[in-house]
Amino acid sequence: MADMKFTKEHEWIAVDGDVGTVGISEYAQEQLGDVVFVEVPDVGKSFNRGEEAAVVESVKAASEVFAPVDGEIVEVNSGLEDAPGTVNEDAVGGGWFFKIKINDASQLDELMDKAAYDAYTAELD
Amino acid sequence: MSGGASRTTHLHELHVSLGAKMVPFAGYDMPVQYTGIIAEHRHTRSGAGLFDVGHMGQGRLTGAGAAAALETLVPGDITGLAEGRMRYTQLTNEHGGILDDLMASKIGDAIFLVVNASRKESDFAHIAGSIGSDAALEILADRALIALQGPKAAAVLGRHAQGVAEMKFMTISAVDVLGAECLVSRSGYTGEDGYEISIPGESAVEIAQALLAESEVMPIGLGARDTLRLEAGLCLYGNDIDETTTPVEAGLTWSIAKRHEEGGFPGAPVIQQQIADGPERRRVGLKPDGKAPVRAHAEIRGKLGETVGEVTSGGFGPTVDGPVAMGYVKSEHAGAGTPVDIMVRGKPLPATVVSLPFVERRYFKG
Repeated sequence: MADMKFTKEHEWIAVDGDVGTVGISEYAQEQLGDVVFVEVPDVGKSFNRGEEAAVVESVKAASEVFAPVDGEIVEVNSGLEDAPGTVNEDAVGGGWFFKIKINDASQLDELMDKAAYDAYTAELD
Repeated sequence: MSGGASRTTHLHELHVSLGAKMVPFAGYDMPVQYTGIIAEHRHTRSGAGLFDVGHMGQGRLTGAGAAAALETLVPGDITGLAEGRMRYTQLTNEHGGILDDLMASKIGDAIFLVVNASRKESDFAHIAGSIGSDAALEILADRALIALQGPKAAAVLGRHAQGVAEMKFMTISAVDVLGAECLVSRSGYTGEDGYEISIPGESAVEIAQALLAESEVMPIGLGARDTLRLEAGLCLYGNDIDETTTPVEAGLTWSIAKRHEEGGFPGAPVIQQQIADGPERRRVGLKPDGKAPVRAHAEIRGKLGETVGEVTSGGFGPTVDGPVAMGYVKSEHAGAGTPVDIMVRGKPLPATVVSLPFVERRYFKG
């Protein structure tokens, strides 16, 4: 897997060239519980870092998925519409939400690597 | 509940040992789920689920005037309750709004009460302050309360207690369970057959463990309790009913006795008028046409874009396998089949007004 970075809001982004694949972390899916609905953005839409790009709904509540970097959506995981539970089963793999063309790669430097993110979530518990 | 340490039920350590995810609820540290809300929900509809509802308030009204005294506070028929019968009713305010909903049961000379956890302090203060000298309220703080719900509940409980399989829906009886004197009612909050069992606190863990040891039984958290009751079309106090909604608006007129005609309970003029003229708004079921859940407080619009109401409970129904909700709409939009839009994240999602419940109730009527 390409280099994976994490946000404080529990998104992950795996970078391959100038495109990042984005999903929610294992910690996040665990906290949400059973995911029953996912809304992904339209391809071609642009987001600034921190803007709400997708929605993930568990039985209990709706949560936002934020764009981890500035960029344009180039592909979405339309399979989540019929199988939202994939987010629980394979959060950092098949449960990805969208691919974003990264405008400014230097924004990635401000995200956490796996070790830093694990330490961060350990603090939250 | 903000501030103050969480309270715990008699089964708290058992929940923790079972790996429950604990959350604050109505001032208590309670299990929201064990394995997962969907799995627990489905298990309750197919097997038997054990719920800890020991955070709820239990009380006992005694004295020659107990039933009559309670009847001055609720629109339900309490003096007419036969021995061993249980009734669903509401404490109302002078505007006909609902202070709480509760179960009242006649056992011997006493009326046994079960009220919501979040309301129990104010309910008991209200009752104690209003019943006069011919009745006395005893708060049963040291009793546990569990629910065993689902199509296998009768078979399971029947192995541990005599006579419970024959009990009919909305009856209650003093029953010996593993040597403890319990109050067993055939009732619940899931739409399934099942029981609620009031247990002397010191016997709660033993009885819960004995039930959990049965192969049909899984522990069920508050998360699935909510999805089960929502599919069954049952009101959650604080969401679907509160001090601003009347029993008539809430579709609970079935629980109001004929005695409403004479009045004699708080808010009687408002409730009488709403029964006669029809309320301006009604609680209805809402089925979103798509897959996106709609949540409490979402605005409901008519097809002309006008506001017609608000969602009060909503989410994913595991048995329905899709989104389900309930809310209040203006009466002219309350007919089953009426198309509406529900506003979610600024977008109108088409939905249809439907009759409740979403999942057929399977009570044991003998």
